[in-house]
Amino acid sequence: MYNIFSKNQSFKTLLNISAGIIPLVCSGILLALVLNSFNAFSEFGFFNFLSSKEWNQSPNNESYGALPFISGTLLTTALALVLCIPLSLSVALFNGEYYKGKTISNVLNTIVDLLAGIPSVIYGLWGFYVLRPVVMSLGLSSQGSGILVASVVLAIMIVPYAASLSAEFIKLVPKEYKESAYSMGATRFEVIRYVIFPMASSGIFSSFILAMGRALGETMTVTMLIGNTNQMPQSLLDTGNTLASIVANQFGEADGLKLSSLFALALLLFIITAITNLIGKIIIKKKSISK
Amino acid sequence: MNNTINNTRRLVTSRGIHLLVCSLSIITSIPLVFIIGKVFFEGIHNLNLQFITKPTPNTFNAMIAINNGENIPGGIANGIVGSFIMLILASIIAIPIGILCGTYLAENRHNKFAKCISYMTDLLQGTPSIIIGIVVYAWVVIPSHGYSAIAGSIALAVMMLPLIVRSTEEALKMLPDSLKESSLALGGSYGKTILKVLLPSASGSIFTGVLLAVSRVVGETAPITFTALGCSMVHWNIDQPMSSIPLLIWQFYNDPILQPLVWSASLFLLIFVLFINISAKIINNKSKK
Amino acid sequence: MSNNIIEIKNLNISYSSNVLSVKNVNANIIKNEITAIMGPSGCGKSTLLRAINRMHDLYNNIKVDGQIFLNGTDIMKMQAIDVRRKIGMVFQRPNPFPNMSIAENVLAGYTLNGLHLNKHEKAEIIERCLKSVGLWEEVKDVQTKKGTFLSGGQQQRLCIARALALQPEVLLMDEPTSALDPIATARIEELLLELKKDVSIIIVTHNMGQAKRIAYNSMFMYLGELIEYGDTQKLFNNPMHEQTKSYLAGHVG
Repeated sequence: MYNIFSKNQSFKTLLNISAGIIPLVCSGILLALVLNSFNAFSEFGFFNFLSSKEWNQSPNNESYGALPFISGTLLTTALALVLCIPLSLSVALFNGEYYKGKTISNVLNTIVDLLAGIPSVIYGLWGFYVLRPVVMSLGLSSQGSGILVASVVLAIMIVPYAASLSAEFIKLVPKEYKESAYSMGATRFEVIRYVIFPMASSGIFSSFILAMGRALGETMTVTMLIGNTNQMPQSLLDTGNTLASIVANQFGEADGLKLSSLFALALLLFIITAITNLIGKIIIKKKSISK
Repeated sequence: MNNTINNTRRLVTSRGIHLLVCSLSIITSIPLVFIIGKVFFEGIHNLNLQFITKPTPNTFNAMIAINNGENIPGGIANGIVGSFIMLILASIIAIPIGILCGTYLAENRHNKFAKCISYMTDLLQGTPSIIIGIVVYAWVVIPSHGYSAIAGSIALAVMMLPLIVRSTEEALKMLPDSLKESSLALGGSYGKTILKVLLPSASGSIFTGVLLAVSRVVGETAPITFTALGCSMVHWNIDQPMSSIPLLIWQFYNDPILQPLVWSASLFLLIFVLFINISAKIINNKSKK
Repeated sequence: MSNNIIEIKNLNISYSSNVLSVKNVNANIIKNEITAIMGPSGCGKSTLLRAINRMHDLYNNIKVDGQIFLNGTDIMKMQAIDVRRKIGMVFQRPNPFPNMSIAENVLAGYTLNGLHLNKHEKAEIIERCLKSVGLWEEVKDVQTKKGTFLSGGQQQRLCIARALALQPEVLLMDEPTSALDPIATARIEELLLELKKDVSIIIVTHNMGQAKRIAYNSMFMYLGELIEYGDTQKLFNNPMHEQTKSYLAGHVG
C-alpha cells in the first residue's frame, strides 16, 4: 500500500501545485492593487487620501480623496441592509420555520433563487427605467438617480443571500427545543422569539454580514443608478458614487495620478470587503464547530 | 400572578407576526415578477433571427429605422459570440484548476496550508468583480499592450475558480470514506482512486457547481469592461477586443435609440441564465436521488 | 368525579394515512400517582402521551379524535397554550435551552408565556423549583452559567424543574431516563416518587423494572391498542392478556 502511495507522489504534487494557484491569485490581486496605488498614496499621504473630500480632475490642479466614495459606499450599504433585514428575515422564517418542507416554501425558495441569479446589469436596467421614474414622479428628486434608488435595488439583490443562509440556521434549531417551549404553553411567536432567534442568532448575524459584503462591492447596478457625482452626499436622495462605482465609471479614461487613485480606492474596497467576509465566515465556522 | 397572562393578546400577536412574515415574503417575490415581466414585454418585439445573427448597428442606422417605424437593424451577434468564446476559455482555465484544488481541500481537511487556502478561496469569492477586472487589466492588458478576449476570459476564470473549488470540495466531502478505502484496498493507486472513483461519483454535484459558476459569470459586466473592452464586429480572434452580452447592455443602456436592442439583449441573457440555473437545480436533485 | 385527574375517552390518533396509531383508548388517570405506559416501540405510547397536552396540534398531518378531560373539562375545547401550561412535559433527551443560564431555564416557562416577574419572585421560584428536584445545593453558585455543562442526570432534573415552575397539575414524561446512566436513573425515580404528592405523573417507559418500581397503575399498549390497564403489581404478577404476558416475558419488543 505504501509503495503505491510513493509511486503516486506525482498526483499529490499535482494537487499541491493547483492548490497553490489560489494563494498566487490572491497575492496577485493584492500586489496589483498595492503597486498601482503606490503613486496616489505617496502623493497625497495615506490618511490624507482617506479623509480628503476633493476629487478634482483638472489637469494642472489634480487632487484626489476617498471620503465621498467611502461615505457613498457606507450609505448605500447601510440603507440596503436596513431594507434587506425585515424582508430576508421574513423569507427565512417562511422557508425555515412556518412552511418548512411544504410545497409553498419550495415555490418561494425557487423565486428567491431566481432573484439571486439575475445579472446585476439587468437589475440596473430595471432600476433605471422602472424605479427611477417612480422616484421622479413622487417628486423625491428631479433626476431620480441617487443613493435611494441604488439602495432599494441593492436590497432586492442581497435579500436572496441573507434569506437562504438565515433559513439554513433557523432550520438547524433542533425540534426538541421548540417542542419543549411549546410544551410550556408558548405561542409560535414566543417560540421564535425566545428559542429560535437566540439559538440561530450568530448564524443569522453572519448571513447579514455576508450580504453586506456583497452590497459593499456590487458594481454595475450601483453605477447605473447612483448618479455618479463626486461630492459628499448630503442626504439619501443625493446622487453620489461608491468605491466600486467610481472605479467602474472613471477607470476607462483614467491615467497617471487619477488611475493610481482609482487603484487606491479599489484597494480600500478590497480591504473592507475582505474584512467583512472574513468576520462573517469566522462566525459561521465557530458556530458549526460548537454544534 | 397567573391573571397577568393574556392569551388573546398573545395569540393575536402570534397570528399577526405570522401574517407579517407571509406578507413580507410575498413582497420580496414581487420584484422577480416585475423584472421578468418588464424585460419580457420590452424585449420580445426585437427577438428575431437577425437579432442573433447580426452585430450591433450603429446609432445612425438605428435612428433611421426608428424614424421609418421599422425594427432596429442588426442584433447582438457580436455579444453572443463574445460571451460564448470567453465562457469557453474561462471554463478551460477554471474547471481543471478548480476541480484539482477542490480535491486538494477535500483530501487535506486538517492541514494548516489547506485551511489557509480555504480562507483564501472565501476571500476570492467575496472580492468585488470590478477589482478582478482592474487587476487583470494591470497584469494582462498593460503587459500585452491591448484589450483582448483572453484578458476577459482570465477575469471570468478568476471569478469562476472559487465557486468550482467550493462545489468540488463539498461534493467530495459528501462521499463516504468507504468508497475511497475500498478502491485503495483493491489496489487502485491514489491518483486513479481520485480520478476514476471519487470524482466520477461526485460528478453530478460537481457539474451542477460548474453550471452555477457559468451562470454567475455569464452576466458579469465589471470584469469584462476593462479587459475585453467590447467590439462591434463578430470575429473569433481571441487576442483582439471582444464584446459580450452584458457588456452591450451596459454600453447602450442609456442610449435612447438602441433601447429596444438593450431590452432584447437583457431578455436573451435572462433566459440563458435562468435556463442554466434551473437545469443546474434539476441535475442536482437528480444526482442526489 | 372521584380522584381521576385525567379521563381519556374513545381516543383515536392517526398520522396522515388511514392507519390508526392509537385505537379507541379509554383510560382514567389517578390524581397524585404515577401512571406508567409500557409497550414495544411503535405501539403508540408516546403518541398517546403527546395527545394529553395537545402536542399533536403542532403537526397538521396528525388527526386526534375523542375526548380527554382534565378535572372534568375537555382539553380539546380549551386553548392549547392553556392546556400545555397546566400539563407539563419532560422529553427523552435532556434539553435545557442552550442559550439560557440555569436560572433562566427554570424561569423559561414564565418568559415563554410573556409573564414578567420581579427579582424577588424570580429568586423564590428558582430556589423552590431547584430544591424540589434536588439540584439546588449542586448548582446554586453557578445559576448564571449555561446549563449545558451539567451532567445528563442534572440536565434532566433541570428540565423537570423547568416543567414544574409553572406549577402544572400533570407532568407527562416521555422515556425521561432512557438517555441516562443507572445511577442518574435511580435518582430521577426517587425524585418522581417525592414529586407525586404535588403533581400527577404519566410516564412512558420501555423499562419494565422502572414501571414496577415507581408506578401505581400501568398500561400496556400493543399496536395502538390499550391491551391492559390497572394496578402495576397485579399487571406484572398476574397479567390477564396473552400479549401482556409475552411482553413481560420478553418475547415482544
